[in-house]
Amino acid sequence: MITENDLQSRVEITPINGSEIEINMGPHHPSTHGVIRFILFLDGEIVVRAVADVGYLHRSIEKIAENLPYPMFMPYTDRVDYVAAINCNLGYALAVESLAGLEVPERATWLRMIGAELNRINSHLIAVGALAMDVGATTPFVHAIREREYILDLLEILTGTRMNNNYVRFGGVCQDVPEDFFKKTEKFLDHFVLFLGEFNRLLTTNKIFLERLINVGILTGDQALGFSFSGPNLRASGVGHDLRRIDPYCFYSDMEFSVPVGSGVKGTTGDSFDRFIVRIDEMLESVKILRQIMSKIKEGPIQSKIPRKIVLPAGESYHRSEAPRGELGFHIVSDGKSNMPYRIKIRTGSFAAMTSLSELFKGMMVADVVAYFASLDVVAPEVDR
Amino acid sequence: MINLIYMFVFSLVYLLLLALTAGILTYVERRIAGRMQSRIGPNRVGIQGILQFIADLIKGVQKEDIIPADAYAFLFKIAPYLVFMGVFLTLVPIPFGAYTLMEDLDVGIYYVLAMASYVVIGLMIGGWASNNKWSLLGGMRSAAQKISYEIPAALGVFIVVIMSGSMNFQKIVAAQGASPVDWFVFRNPFTFIAFNLFFIASLAEGNRVPFDIPEAESELVSGYNTEYSGMRFLFFFLAEWGNLVVIGALVTCMFFGGGSFWYEWKISIPAPGRDPIVFEVLGFLWFLFKTFFFVFVIIWIRWTLPRLRIDQLMDICWKYMVPIGLISSLGIVIWMYFIPENSTIDRIVRLTLTSLGAITVLYFKYRVYKNLKITKATIYANPFV
Repeated sequence: MITENDLQSRVEITPINGSEIEINMGPHHPSTHGVIRFILFLDGEIVVRAVADVGYLHRSIEKIAENLPYPMFMPYTDRVDYVAAINCNLGYALAVESLAGLEVPERATWLRMIGAELNRINSHLIAVGALAMDVGATTPFVHAIREREYILDLLEILTGTRMNNNYVRFGGVCQDVPEDFFKKTEKFLDHFVLFLGEFNRLLTTNKIFLERLINVGILTGDQALGFSFSGPNLRASGVGHDLRRIDPYCFYSDMEFSVPVGSGVKGTTGDSFDRFIVRIDEMLESVKILRQIMSKIKEGPIQSKIPRKIVLPAGESYHRSEAPRGELGFHIVSDGKSNMPYRIKIRTGSFAAMTSLSELFKGMMVADVVAYFASLDVVAPEVDR
Repeated sequence: MINLIYMFVFSLVYLLLLALTAGILTYVERRIAGRMQSRIGPNRVGIQGILQFIADLIKGVQKEDIIPADAYAFLFKIAPYLVFMGVFLTLVPIPFGAYTLMEDLDVGIYYVLAMASYVVIGLMIGGWASNNKWSLLGGMRSAAQKISYEIPAALGVFIVVIMSGSMNFQKIVAAQGASPVDWFVFRNPFTFIAFNLFFIASLAEGNRVPFDIPEAESELVSGYNTEYSGMRFLFFFLAEWGNLVVIGALVTCMFFGGGSFWYEWKISIPAPGRDPIVFEVLGFLWFLFKTFFFVFVIIWIRWTLPRLRIDQLMDICWKYMVPIGLISSLGIVIWMYFIPENSTIDRIVRLTLTSLGAITVLYFKYRVYKNLKITKATIYANPFV
């Protein structure tokens, strides 16, 4: 949190002149997606400079990890990004498994991928819905949430819980699925493609919606890389960087899917509309992946034998995976003696996205601030951890 | 003296009836919104939730009336009443029937325009006196918006005044007829433009989506009414929904033939043999039907469209609507000079415009059915069943 002194040192001190007002946006502002705070200096409607303030949702997850055995930290990874919990589970499990050299049965990997892709659709629905909400369209948001409910139902069948699933275990997953799960998922996917068509007719082709997003918050590829963006935000800027393609994990190398890249369909490459449309396209790609998984999945064990006490060899390693909000990296340092990590550092996409705000907000209008911030799909717990 | 008492009682009844209508409209809007968003809406209080607004009212009255410590208390207190008065005074000259009106003003239209701008004062006072920067921004936005959109609204009205040759609402209604061919909206291209100008400008003046930037929830928290609570807050909302009735009634009067009910509209006593009361009631109901149709359209727009940005809002007003309005005002004069009423060309144009209107409505219905077919209407059903 920023104290008055910090603020003085962080913002180049130009005294507020008569036409400028300092305005506090957040931490409980309807469109800050949780508890994030900006301090905006406005000249009328236009932002002269801005400071993004993070830390209101800090739960010391990384510190907690240092005091827990590796398996016991798994539920905490749900809380890193509650919108896409299985993706975080998966990232952590993969990091530990690769260090400890644990085997994962084939069916377990497929199930993990199903969970991850369902969660990706879930997360992107929230992203596009919240973006619609923030530019003033209430109905598309509710429609997106309605579809998300169906995904949550599916996740409930898969994992036993609707959110914060805690599904992945080292060397497998926590439970197998009933047979009708695949039939239901198939049915949902058929329905979901139709739904996206309706959603596009209602929102994506709407003139006002386009006007609000096109050429707002343009980030070139270099700029996006400079801010260490990743995931859909980076791809929207025209950089085809998808870890599922570049650095495949699970069975993503066997999957046929394209990586949607922002091309400035309506305006400039890397504007807010590109970030929106990339997410819509990615949902369709996830549908494709899910269909392939369900045609390939076979019966088999879901959990391999793992040692009772997991002790990682001394050293450090970084493992990354593609979460809905960008690269999710687990940097694990082990001293080689205890069954607890010496240090875990989690790298999240939302935090990188936050770094761009002070720069990009300059010269925007208040309405653009909201639209740009929503298009980044920042989730507060992922920023602070 | 008796006259004064009579006036007082009559206006009290009028006020109560309109407050009741506004209250019911809050219920109607929530039900329609629920329907559009695949949810139910309020259905607990009374039959199908019809008494919900009374429950809300009681709740509002019971709440503490908080006045922020640094607010300018006097102005803060009176602002909601000013807004409320501004909206409800607009209803005075509107003829709901041949006799069902408060006052047959000869300068009815002038009066309505004046009262409509009177609302701005209340909103600005409310925004300023709250001593909240978000409220202040909301108040400033509303002032800028309303003053700008007065002009296209006035230009739209101007065309009607030229057509009917009077500012008296009774005479404007009398200048039209019962059948769609006689309505001003389908008279000639310029009146059609005037209708669109007036309707859009009214939406902007009533702070309705897509022009609801003064209270933009996701940007300004709640705009000018952020700091209000309890009954004062409800007064703002009563005014907002009262304004819906005003817009609907004005549009009905000026462009859609008012309450003309398939008999010759006479301001003097109707011809012998006709029961004036029956005609009065039928005309009143017909007027209400048309009014609520437009209220429905406004609600429908609100739950469909996103919100504009303030510069786009101003662009629409000054770059498009004002020039179009000025050109149409000139056009209507030329039209009336060269094409006398009831000449062949006049009749052809009327018939063409009316049938174009009918075709548009039919085409819209066809498109809705087509889209429902594409989505197989499963969109609204649970995919798992």
